[in-house]
Amino acid sequence: MSNTNPLLDVSGLTKHFPIKGGFPIKRTVGAVQAVDGLDFQVAEGESLGLVGESGCGKSTTGRLITRLLEPTGGKISYRGQDITHANRRQLAPIRSEIQMIFQDPYASLNPRQTVGKIIAGPMEINDINPPGGREARVRELLEIVGLNPEHFNRFPHEFSGGQRQRIGVARALALQPKLIVADEPVSALDVSIQAQVVNLLQKVQRELGIAFVFIAHDLAIVRHFSQRVAVMYLGKIVEIADREDLYDNPRHPYTRALLSAVPEATVEAEPRERIRLVGDVPSPINPPSGCRFRTRCWKATEKCATEAPPLVQADGNKPGHLTACHYPEVQETVPAPRLAKDPEAAA
Amino acid sequence: MFRFLVRRTLGALVILLIISAVTFWLFYAIPRDPAMMSCGKNCTPDMLKQVRHNLDIDHPVPVQYWYWLKGIFVGRSYGDFGNCSAPCLGYSFANREPVLGTILDRLPLTLSLAFGSAVVFLVFGIGSGMIAAVRQGKWQDKVASSASLVASSLQIYFIGYVAMYFLVAKLGILNNPSYTPLTQNPFEWASGLLLPWLVLALIWTANYTRMTRSQLVETLSEDYVRTARAKGMSSRSVFFRFAWRGAMGPIVTIFGIDLATLIGGAIITESVFSLQGVGRLAVQSVNQSDLPMVLGVTLLSAGAIVVFNIVVDAVYAVIDPRIRLA
Amino acid sequence: MTSTDQQPFLSVKDLKVHFSTEDGIVKAVDGLSFDIAKGQTLGIVGESGSGKSVTNLTILGLHDPARTQIDGEILLDGKELLTASERELEKLRGNKMSMIFQDALASLSPYHTIGTQISEVYRKHTGASKKESRERAIEMLKRVGIPQPDVRVDDYPHQFSGGMRQRAMIAMALVCDPELLIADEPTTALDVTVQAQIMDLLKDLQQEFGTAIIFITHDLGVIADIADDVLVMYGGRCVERGTKKQVLSSPEHPYTVGLLNSMPSLDGPVDVPLSPIPGSPPSLLNPPTGCRFHPRCAFAEKVPGGKCSSDQPTLEVVEGRGSACHLELSRRADLFADYAATSHN
Repeated sequence: MSNTNPLLDVSGLTKHFPIKGGFPIKRTVGAVQAVDGLDFQVAEGESLGLVGESGCGKSTTGRLITRLLEPTGGKISYRGQDITHANRRQLAPIRSEIQMIFQDPYASLNPRQTVGKIIAGPMEINDINPPGGREARVRELLEIVGLNPEHFNRFPHEFSGGQRQRIGVARALALQPKLIVADEPVSALDVSIQAQVVNLLQKVQRELGIAFVFIAHDLAIVRHFSQRVAVMYLGKIVEIADREDLYDNPRHPYTRALLSAVPEATVEAEPRERIRLVGDVPSPINPPSGCRFRTRCWKATEKCATEAPPLVQADGNKPGHLTACHYPEVQETVPAPRLAKDPEAAA
Repeated sequence: MFRFLVRRTLGALVILLIISAVTFWLFYAIPRDPAMMSCGKNCTPDMLKQVRHNLDIDHPVPVQYWYWLKGIFVGRSYGDFGNCSAPCLGYSFANREPVLGTILDRLPLTLSLAFGSAVVFLVFGIGSGMIAAVRQGKWQDKVASSASLVASSLQIYFIGYVAMYFLVAKLGILNNPSYTPLTQNPFEWASGLLLPWLVLALIWTANYTRMTRSQLVETLSEDYVRTARAKGMSSRSVFFRFAWRGAMGPIVTIFGIDLATLIGGAIITESVFSLQGVGRLAVQSVNQSDLPMVLGVTLLSAGAIVVFNIVVDAVYAVIDPRIRLA
Repeated sequence: MTSTDQQPFLSVKDLKVHFSTEDGIVKAVDGLSFDIAKGQTLGIVGESGSGKSVTNLTILGLHDPARTQIDGEILLDGKELLTASERELEKLRGNKMSMIFQDALASLSPYHTIGTQISEVYRKHTGASKKESRERAIEMLKRVGIPQPDVRVDDYPHQFSGGMRQRAMIAMALVCDPELLIADEPTTALDVTVQAQIMDLLKDLQQEFGTAIIFITHDLGVIADIADDVLVMYGGRCVERGTKKQVLSSPEHPYTVGLLNSMPSLDGPVDVPLSPIPGSPPSLLNPPTGCRFHPRCAFAEKVPGGKCSSDQPTLEVVEGRGSACHLELSRRADLFADYAATSHN
């Protein structure tokens, strides 16, 4: 993380989706607290990984950054400019600099348009005429993403899943963005194809100096792709650090449990530490008081129920490694397999 | 469920209010004077004024609407012409008969026609749709599909007369269409309406065959149907308890709306078979600029649609537990 | 831990499953053989279109007979399934063999309670009364770790969380104590922490009931966790099989090597690119000639005479271990090691 002005500065970012109900007249009776007070920065050319399980708010975060959603609270600054509540006209120049890549390579490409038209779409909308014309630029982009430039006249259904995701990447690159938000870009692809797309994204990030917010649930792929990683749980960041620190020295119990649950394709002599979380993620409509992870945490005490732990540099953490826990984990203690308490029994 | 019904009933009343107001306004937007029509050819301005007064339309339109509306709840007095107690929909401009009474007279026939043909087209439509879905791609499917295509392109005014000619006049298999109240003689009721039922149902059957088939083809390929097979359920149970259960929702929805439309009057069918139902009443009242009657019939058909919508939504929630009524 | 020393409980011999479509014949499975013994877990690995799911639907007889042509033999406890009548299969399904699917929300009926869906299987196969079956359903829900089973038994699937739905699915599959459980990507749609719970549960239940499990997945990590033996499928054929340790630690087929190399790990190097397998999985409508993997194989030119594109390699299995590749077995380990060290395309 650089000390100069970050490319993207997010503070206190909050998104609550209202729930309608009541009788006899419908009104807002509650809110799904999808994202609740996020703070993070993304430097130029940096890749920040957002990981967490379904319902943790990572996709909502991506949509807030790209302003596909309007934040309920907090602030998003892009290159020093406040875009939290910017309107369409104010966003227009920024939209070309922040692009998005989606999970589903089948649904996110218009089946009735040729690949050339899809990729040139952003240029048309923004009325950009690159030197040499749009078609030349499309060919160039196809080349960059590893597709045959002569195929610009074909339709999406003529391509395989991996190739379609390459088309999605080419479209995102069309306007020379500074930031790409990639929401689960490889999780719909076959294992043997995932690596192709990850390599492509990595090449793009390095060679074109594009910053990434990389949203994924696959911890190994995030570790491979992102220099910094934020772990989310129920709408909050519970831990954020450089990848070496986060993966080698996880301080938040949830991070630790998450890492221990990843199955690895090796047949080891001694099995790794296993932490089995019990129960399910609580509802974001009515999240637990204090620390949101406490209902599934084996370390939770009275304090965790009353005080929400702040995201701070815990004792022994390197600078930039922030953990939101009252009782951060210590690397040396490797306890026997442990089970968190049963949330149903506790409730 | 209670909350749902209260909320939706309130909503329905608002809708009916809007519809009646719009009908009122539209009626007077048309340059046609109902007083002129009942006054006749040699009408003097004085006579016209008198007729207007008699019809109680010598007020501004909003005031007239207010009187009409008030009449529904508290009744209405027409001076020396008489009193009309609540719920009062007024008297016909054309023949001075009470609107409500006229509609209630005609309604049994229309209801008989609607429900009778509904039974026929549901049984045949869903039945053949099921067969087509089970025998997908086989001859049964092809026959059902082509037959329903032909049937849905037929028109009642054509097929109705053809059927009358052959089945009634030539062969004498069926009785000439007529209406005998069900309470009076159930057999005559049925035999008199059999032909209209069949003709009306023929076209609807085609729709229901296609709809049932396509719904079933979809649900038969659902994962939960595969699961039901994977756990050893018999083909019958897989078909009826799982696939058909899933296909029912959309069919019930369409059926509710269709039935409501039929209750509003099967205008062409009633005309073809010379039956005096609500549909013909509607046409007559429009032709005669009979505002109270137009309003009454409009209210009936709109009311039927609104009520059946509520019923359909409630039934849907029973069929599909994922739907929550609120 | 190979299954050769035990009597196979399920035996699939030279299975071929071909579908006729408008575009031609899809050879979804093209000559597949494997055995599985009681209490064993066979992991089947493959990508989309490898034929892994089709194989297992065929075992249960859930394919569409009108457009499917099947050859070969499937013996369950000595009984031939491919020639069995629909009635006979109905008696076996959910009873002696059962299946759990990937998407539990779509695979459970939205119109019936969890309890009904579990108890009807029990009633159907044991003839138990309604009350007994309901009690059995509650017992099963308790066994798979659903809290307050006597209350949740009357819930509908949409009222359960993703992990609980998969647990309910497992309860439904195991309610009649089947001897064979086919699990088709049962954890793919789940989060990792829930996936870990479900796999622990399956392992516990297997210990308790001695069920043979076929575990289909695309995730080699999951295989490492749960399988005894592994079968790697590519383009409708088995390309490699062996014990989990053999396949994961010393793979013999270039495709397996490619899969292992293309996966990032939690402790591998991060600044080098991954080593993907080039190209895409084959079309089963027009599969490549010879070895179906050869267009994507890094070693095809190491085999003289273009044999890889002309001859289909045969799978020779000795004591449960084998691979279908023309490359000389003795050279493979060195070639694979060289490749891993140099190639990062």
